[in-house]
Amino acid sequence: MSLHEFLSMGGYAQYVWPAYALFFVMLIADYLAAGTRRRRVLKELRGRMARQKAREARRRS
Amino acid sequence: MNKLVYWYHKLGSPPTFYRFAGVLRPWCLAIALILAVIGLYGGLYLAPADYQQGDAYRIIFIHVPSAWMSLFIYGVMAVAALVAVVWRMKMAEVIAMQSAPIGAAFTFITLCTGSLWGKPMWGTWWTWDARLTSELVLLFIYLGIIGLFHAFEDRRHGARAACFLILVGVVNLPIVHYSVVWWNTLHQGTTVRIFGKSNITTSMLWPLLVMMFSTKFYYAASLFGRARADLLDLESGKAWVKQIASDEEARS
Repeated sequence: MSLHEFLSMGGYAQYVWPAYALFFVMLIADYLAAGTRRRRVLKELRGRMARQKAREARRRS
Repeated sequence: MNKLVYWYHKLGSPPTFYRFAGVLRPWCLAIALILAVIGLYGGLYLAPADYQQGDAYRIIFIHVPSAWMSLFIYGVMAVAALVAVVWRMKMAEVIAMQSAPIGAAFTFITLCTGSLWGKPMWGTWWTWDARLTSELVLLFIYLGIIGLFHAFEDRRHGARAACFLILVGVVNLPIVHYSVVWWNTLHQGTTVRIFGKSNITTSMLWPLLVMMFSTKFYYAASLFGRARADLLDLESGKAWVKQIASDEEARS
């Protein structure tokens, strides 16, 4: 089977490939969402911790 | 039995679950990817074209595993929701709530790939048939659960309300599964059976089963990632989370 034959999917390429593309795009987006959220949560927490530290330093002086 | 109870309590503790999930996540993803490569090689290349549907049937290798996942994830959520409602276990709430977006994604994939398969085979993108409609209802239930969870100021109240919705929504699972038996539908009947003979030839069956395992491992990897991020948010005032936050800052 040639590459062209494979890609044409017996004339159904316009249905088969978008289905596979959708499957992978959805799952990659789903997987990356967790990492994005984790970094955001930690960044916000570091901001809160820094502000708290600054407040305590001001109180002491 | 004592060991089981021990692990139940151990994994119910957020810092332990966080570490445990962090170790397992890359392995689950790696297994999912390897199985996907094998399954799709078998499905797209090795398996012959269908005698009726030509090559269009190859959508089955993502459509059916996604459909199974849409029901399987709901089942996991129902068990977690029951544990959360009865014992108010925090970890069970996290599992139930963090599974919902993954389940919704698989349900959406099922509907869209089904539509792309239906157009060349049935001549229509969509029809209000029992199987399609009940799967669409499943998507709305998933979205309702996610919406209800986020509608509360206090997230544990939101999780509790959403867990009740999960338990009510369980009635839809047998409707989705048996819709092709109970009603006359355009959708084809069950092809793969756990008990008894499947209506599918081996060269088409094995890639389908490999893809089923691949999506299961993918779900585990994605759930672990989402649960980890959620635990950091949920416990952000606690010492173990602050430790992680300052450790990561030091490294970057």
